[in-house]
Amino acid sequence: MSDSAAHNRLPRGFVAAVALLPAAFLLLFYVWPFLTLLGRAIGAGAVGDTLARSSTWRVLWFTTWQAVASTTIALLVGLAPTWAVSRFEFAGRRFFLSLLTAVFVLPTVVIGAAIVAVLPDSLDRSVFAILGAHVVFNIAVVVRTVGTMWEQLPRDLEHAAATLGASRWQTFRLVVLPLLRPAIAAAAGIIFLFTFTSFGVVRVLGTTGRRTLEVEVWRRATQLGDIGGAAVLAVLQLVVLAVLVGWSTRAQRRYARSLQLGDPSRRERPRRRERLPVGLAVGSALVLVGAPLVALVERSFRPNGPANAYGLDAWRSIDNAEIRPGLRLGIDPLGALQNSATTAAWATLFAVAIGVAAVVAISTLGRSGKLLDTGLMLPLGTSAVTIGFGMLITFDTPPVDWRASPWLVPIGHALVAAPFVVRSALGVVRGIDPNQRAAAATLGASPLRAWATTTLPVMRRPIATGAGLAAAISLGEFGATSFLSRTGSETLPIAIERLLGRTGRLFQAQAFALSTILAIATIVIVVLVDLGGDRARRS
Amino acid sequence: MKSLTALLFALLLVATACASDDDSSSEASSDDATTESSGDDDDGEDGADEGPAVDSITLVAYDSYPADDLDEPNPLQIALDEFTAETGVEVEILNAGDTGTMLAKAELTAGNPEGDVIWGIDNSFLSRAIDAEIFEPYAANGLDAIDPAFLELVPNHEATPVDFGDVCVNYDIAAVEGAGLDAPASFEDLAANADQLVVQNPGTSSPGLAFLLATIAEFGEDGWEDYWTELAEGGVSVTDGWTDAYYGEFTWAGGGDRSLVVSYGSSPPFEVLFAAEPLDAAPTGVVEATCFRQIEFAGVLAGTDAPSEAQALIDFLISERFQTEIPMNLFVFPANQDVELAPEFVDFATIPESSLSLDPATIAENRADWIDRWTEIVAG
Repeated sequence: MSDSAAHNRLPRGFVAAVALLPAAFLLLFYVWPFLTLLGRAIGAGAVGDTLARSSTWRVLWFTTWQAVASTTIALLVGLAPTWAVSRFEFAGRRFFLSLLTAVFVLPTVVIGAAIVAVLPDSLDRSVFAILGAHVVFNIAVVVRTVGTMWEQLPRDLEHAAATLGASRWQTFRLVVLPLLRPAIAAAAGIIFLFTFTSFGVVRVLGTTGRRTLEVEVWRRATQLGDIGGAAVLAVLQLVVLAVLVGWSTRAQRRYARSLQLGDPSRRERPRRRERLPVGLAVGSALVLVGAPLVALVERSFRPNGPANAYGLDAWRSIDNAEIRPGLRLGIDPLGALQNSATTAAWATLFAVAIGVAAVVAISTLGRSGKLLDTGLMLPLGTSAVTIGFGMLITFDTPPVDWRASPWLVPIGHALVAAPFVVRSALGVVRGIDPNQRAAAATLGASPLRAWATTTLPVMRRPIATGAGLAAAISLGEFGATSFLSRTGSETLPIAIERLLGRTGRLFQAQAFALSTILAIATIVIVVLVDLGGDRARRS
Repeated sequence: MKSLTALLFALLLVATACASDDDSSSEASSDDATTESSGDDDDGEDGADEGPAVDSITLVAYDSYPADDLDEPNPLQIALDEFTAETGVEVEILNAGDTGTMLAKAELTAGNPEGDVIWGIDNSFLSRAIDAEIFEPYAANGLDAIDPAFLELVPNHEATPVDFGDVCVNYDIAAVEGAGLDAPASFEDLAANADQLVVQNPGTSSPGLAFLLATIAEFGEDGWEDYWTELAEGGVSVTDGWTDAYYGEFTWAGGGDRSLVVSYGSSPPFEVLFAAEPLDAAPTGVVEATCFRQIEFAGVLAGTDAPSEAQALIDFLISERFQTEIPMNLFVFPANQDVELAPEFVDFATIPESSLSLDPATIAENRADWIDRWTEIVAG
């Protein structure tokens, strides 16, 4: 007994058994489909055809330039509000930050719908719509990533510059900006990654001539039936991304410099001269992010299009997408609502089960734990389309013909959601003072019991947080679902995209109504998670 | 310890839930579920004969096939209800998008299909469907009544011809007159008014592909690209499917702003029949020179759990009872030659004296390439 108290290790069999679940899950549903996809790309003989096709290069060009443009604009637009929230304290600052975060976690299809709602018809399908959606999404990334750094920049450098006679602009350009560069580079990297692999937004807002690689993979595989060509494009995208990630990691290392970061709590109320610029910076960002959402809700009450009378037709007819009496669109919006709820419930359950088991395994195992940790993060860095496509072409032959299985979609969602459960719980578990367990063991508890009494209570809240995020992710997931959902069991994002793709004012209004439901559900979840996190921080 | 027990219990619950989920799905009567077990362990066709009879099968069809749960049942549905009364097998309709989308989905689910019978794969897509092995071949009862020319397209009975029609450019007579134009009569007239024309994407839409094939039949392998360049430069509009083009952008039916649309030779009688105010002449006309013959097929989906019921449904789909309803409800001609056509249909539908057509083998060989080139010209 005293021996086990000294080592205080969990029984090996227990840990191994717990580690098995996430490891098997990862191998079966991520690694294997991924390898299958690679194999298909190389083996199909489609490499030459795909690379010789001029449309491939046109799609790659569009994907790249729109990502560069989106990133640049998001940074330019995002820096002013970042300055305001990181330097000043003002009424509604917290609300503003929450709003930005909420928008960031909104389903891509909902943002697409919101952009359709806010723009005049003539711009609905223009490249500006795509760029606009990407900017609205990613302002939060700039504010969060750059803001954290900006808050902590030591002020004395700026004061020194001012003393030496530098104007405010010169101080910003010559002192602040260079210091912020690593954070800006990091934000740019994240935004580029998001926009380069943009799928939902481009499905809703793009036209035949404006497609990202993601959309082209989907189109070739599910619309044209060209599996080989689609696989080649998916791998092409992976290669491009790998090169970019490698390059940006090196670039970030080069920019990194050590500096004494200050105390972030020194935010001041804006002085008289600063009030106008702060107000402008926050106000314009608020309009940019808020207007599409307001328009979304408003347009759901205008069944005959903008500038026409208000009415409840879209909400009333939400269970029935009829083209004309007797002829109906092949989707059932209300059924999609049910499907989404069920799918999200199962996905959350899967993600929590996998995530919790992984946390236990990672925190107790040494090197293999680290491997599992990295492995579980991989699906996050893989595009959703790649995941869904890989699963579709892997699980299509007996005995693993799971194409008709109702759990395949939730499993796909859980792949993307489990890392969030792991991230939110792992830090807490690692932070537990080992002495606590030693104390429990001294008092006579078996290792398992000592572990359980010290670890499980603190895990409850992070698991709730992770579960909330998992549910939100599942509700909005569009890329993998586009491949895995069966006709007749579509989820909300799929139904929204199909309704928006149709001409017809009532269909549009119905899509806006469904988007409103989805947006509210997501925001409620995020607020709950946020409140829970706050309470945990305070206690 | 209590919490640990709770946690383990939860994990166990998840595990058993997954398992039982799996079980229940193979027992459930839904089509998804029934098809699932066939792929797994059943040995195909004889599985259904031994087990208890299936009480419902699913007919996968394109979006413009009427749904099965309308307040006022469509005559096609009433006919299917008679099939149910005779056989005890209910038929559920699954609308799966436009023909191209529906076929792509069927290819991806080949062997583990979303339904038991598929309706509406046409001759321009047929070879792709056969190559992807989505069909379980079946020689239907009642083939004697079907036009032998159609049967030549499926020598191995992979699928069964169910209807035919012509894809032709339609025009809104009043809108064309209002613009002070003569009625369009040729491909050249269309090019001259390309900003009035809406077509469908041949990658996803069956009439869209038919119209592309029509231009290839007309201008030849060397000339069609120039023609489409002319259309693209003239401002032709492209939609993904027929419903969007006809009900979204066409002036007559959709309140859109384009007076020329790729549709069917039989669309005009439809407009007469469904007119809000009684009409004695069709409000839309057909550009006969643009017509391309289209033959639609139905087939048993490979991997179905109910092969004998699916075969019985195919027999019924080509029977006189069902075929009689086709003209006035799907607005195409029945494949069954014994069916007498309704007078409204005969009066207003156009059967062109000679439709354009292409050799099926040529279509099969070049379709993907043509669609790629078309995409580059029109959408690039």
